[in-house]
Amino acid sequence: MLETQELVINMGPQHPSTHGVLRLLLHTDGEIIVEAQPHVGYLHRGIEKIAEKVNYHQFMPYTDRIDYLASMNCNHAYACAVERLMGIEVPERAQFIRVIMSELNRIASHLVFFGSFGMDVGAFTPFLYGLRERERTLDLFEAACGQRLTYNYMKIGGVRWDLPPGWTDKCREFCDYFEPKIQEYHDLLTYNYIFMKRLGNIGVLTPEDALAYGVTGPNLRASGVAYDIRKEEPYDVYDRLEFDIPVGTGEAGAVGDCFDRYMVRIKEMQQSVRIIRQCLDMMPEGDVQARVPRVLKIPPKEIYFRAENPRGELGFYIVANGKPSPERLKIRGASFSNIHVMEKILPGLMVADAVAVIASLDVILPECDR
Amino acid sequence: MDQLTKLFYSLGLSPYYGIFVAAFLLAVIILAFALLYEGVATYVERKVAGDIQSRIGPNRVGPYGTLQWLADGVKLFLKEDFIPAQADKLIFRIAPYFVFVGSFLPFAALPLWDRFVPVPMNIGLLYIIAVTAMVTPGIVLAGWGSNNKWALLGGMRSAAQLISYEVPNAVALLIPVLIAGTLNLDEIVRAQGGGGGILRWFIFHDPFSFMAFFIFFTAGLAECNRTPFDLPEAESELVAGYSVEYSAIRYAFFYMGEYGDMFIISAMASAAFLGGWQLPLIDPLVKIGWLKAVLQLGIFLTKTLLLVLVMMWIRWTFPRLRVDQLMELSWKRLLPIALFLLMGAALWTVVFHGKGIYDLIVG
Amino acid sequence: MKDLNTLVQDLQAAVEGAIEEVVTENTQPPYIIVKKEKIVPVLEYLKKEGFNHLSAVSAVDEPPEKIWVVYHLVAIGEKSTLAVKTVLPRDAAEVDSVGNVYPTALWHEREAYDLMGVKFKGHPDLRRILMPDDWVGHPLRKDYEQIKEYHGIKTD
Repeated sequence: MLETQELVINMGPQHPSTHGVLRLLLHTDGEIIVEAQPHVGYLHRGIEKIAEKVNYHQFMPYTDRIDYLASMNCNHAYACAVERLMGIEVPERAQFIRVIMSELNRIASHLVFFGSFGMDVGAFTPFLYGLRERERTLDLFEAACGQRLTYNYMKIGGVRWDLPPGWTDKCREFCDYFEPKIQEYHDLLTYNYIFMKRLGNIGVLTPEDALAYGVTGPNLRASGVAYDIRKEEPYDVYDRLEFDIPVGTGEAGAVGDCFDRYMVRIKEMQQSVRIIRQCLDMMPEGDVQARVPRVLKIPPKEIYFRAENPRGELGFYIVANGKPSPERLKIRGASFSNIHVMEKILPGLMVADAVAVIASLDVILPECDR
Repeated sequence: MDQLTKLFYSLGLSPYYGIFVAAFLLAVIILAFALLYEGVATYVERKVAGDIQSRIGPNRVGPYGTLQWLADGVKLFLKEDFIPAQADKLIFRIAPYFVFVGSFLPFAALPLWDRFVPVPMNIGLLYIIAVTAMVTPGIVLAGWGSNNKWALLGGMRSAAQLISYEVPNAVALLIPVLIAGTLNLDEIVRAQGGGGGILRWFIFHDPFSFMAFFIFFTAGLAECNRTPFDLPEAESELVAGYSVEYSAIRYAFFYMGEYGDMFIISAMASAAFLGGWQLPLIDPLVKIGWLKAVLQLGIFLTKTLLLVLVMMWIRWTFPRLRVDQLMELSWKRLLPIALFLLMGAALWTVVFHGKGIYDLIVG
Repeated sequence: MKDLNTLVQDLQAAVEGAIEEVVTENTQPPYIIVKKEKIVPVLEYLKKEGFNHLSAVSAVDEPPEKIWVVYHLVAIGEKSTLAVKTVLPRDAAEVDSVGNVYPTALWHEREAYDLMGVKFKGHPDLRRILMPDDWVGHPLRKDYEQIKEYHGIKTD
């Protein structure tokens, strides 16, 4: 008697395209996925527990490690959260610097996405092109704060140091250098026939599903929902800047497919460059730090602050209790929900598509596991 | 082969032993050549990749990193040959040999220069197609024997892929056979010489053979498991596919098999479509026999290696297809086109009495 | 979008006896404390009112006897946010799962169960999510004591 059986494949945590330590349990019928179950937690470091033990300032370096590809954005979100909780007014120059850094980091993060996405669908070369440009942004970060990955540059009440002399010119140079490169990416990868065929209509995420599963950021926008926290609830100087919100258009198939998620990020990089240029033009001289006590004792209060990170909505829920460290600090990572939604979109696809979907959601595990 | 046997015979060896000694010698020469080619090819591949990806590539071992392949080879030889505890040990062990042998046997039937094929046979082309098929069971066995689900998926993909692409591959190759009227590779190459220069090459023989070249080359890419058809190993999907559990020299066998396949496919393309060792002006100008042979060998290798270079170029530029797209491409696109071309070429041969475009215009 | 007062009044009318308190001072966004039995109808109602995005479900430990479960809601496109809180007894922390209203809550609830030991009634798959399956205790509780050894690995 012949008998057929479902094949259970354990994908990850050691797998080249699970972006760290994501583990997926795939039940497959041949190559077609019947059921997918994400398992997370391999990178759980208990950051939320640590937050209850250290004081508000000391927690800043830990935010670097929430999402190591976008440390600046995590710094930024945490700093803003505590400032709002305290009611601290941040000097204008510091606000501009923070926005520039966040947007630069957004570009850097999306470049890693671009590269690893290409690699996951089998084109190795874009990875090195993406990293080549990212290197430039890292040079800029290094010049500003001495670090290349975990910056710890922002602090509650501003930024740690003012920009070094000549930095703004270098930043402008980078913008001029970077913008034409996007055309190069289009030539190399985006409009490649195989690439478009591989991604069009694959892993379609409808706006309803995206909202139901709490998907945010570029993934939600790719589904056609023009939601950007920088526009809706602006923090720092975002309300004074002009930029568009790119949404999915279904260029290679349906709205909300892998290709849209890719395209939205590419367009976002262009918008980030636009924001950086405006900031460089508008940035005033002046202080970069507000006067903040060494040990913050915040009276009983609470805040839920959300920031637009490269991967989506990063939320900080801080409950203060009058002591130097928070009573409870909960981090809502965008990747947490973005991984959850895989359960929904993977069934029915092939193993090769699963890789493309994981890559297109651009999840990062430290943010999910914390 | 025959010449060698005769040589030994004249030296006093009995014909019975002579054949064995000659075969052994020939095998050693071919193997040495193949290994050397593989070393150079890996180095070139990495340099080409480096160039395409705006980085340097190997540059530490030897001048410009030219000895890198030796270092890699030594490393692969010295590493532990690890066999997983749960693997089917016999199958796991023999699988690499299938791949290795399958990609080296064809070397014996390549037309190297005028009237010289290492092992002359009048069905050379058929022989090459037949023995390259040995790669398939090797890969399937590797996937099965590893007792690893990724390897199994890789093996399944490879079985489907290689078998599917053999078909358009062989059909496209039938067109030069049709034109030349023989399966003997040496005669096929010779039929592409004479007045008219490169216009006598079969790729320019008629519109059908022109297209057949590209069909053959595309299907050939899939035969060697190269990007965009590298699904059986698909690093980002299947980790390393069928070779995931292999290490050391057994892994190197797969690796060398891939490069061997690339060479064979390119050599076939250049012999059947691009005139093999033919190049205009060599024939009338060079009169010394041995010099001519060397030049012809050089020409043949140049054409072949240029095609190998194109394969590398493609690898570092394209993304990978999906399984269903791969099958669709083979059965719904390449095969019907190849069959159509075959019929067209057959009609052409009948209507124009086997004359090519050049003959029609000039003659 | 309705302002908070009308929203609360309508909610009061729609789900009777659900609201215990509305707090707008010292908090951002404002929150509504609801009875734990009513959490599902309240969120259902709020979702109908336009709060289409459940940003996070957090559990907050407040010894000696309370555990809070906080739902942070966002109305996308309306620039409006709201938090809903419910209080549970610490030794028998159990509340209805809202996974049917917001599927995203399923994982957030698993996290709250894992780290804070809150049980969710009606959750289809209430397992640990971040900690290993055989871990003992719920790490984010204030009185949590770390186990000394885990599979032969010292934890201090």
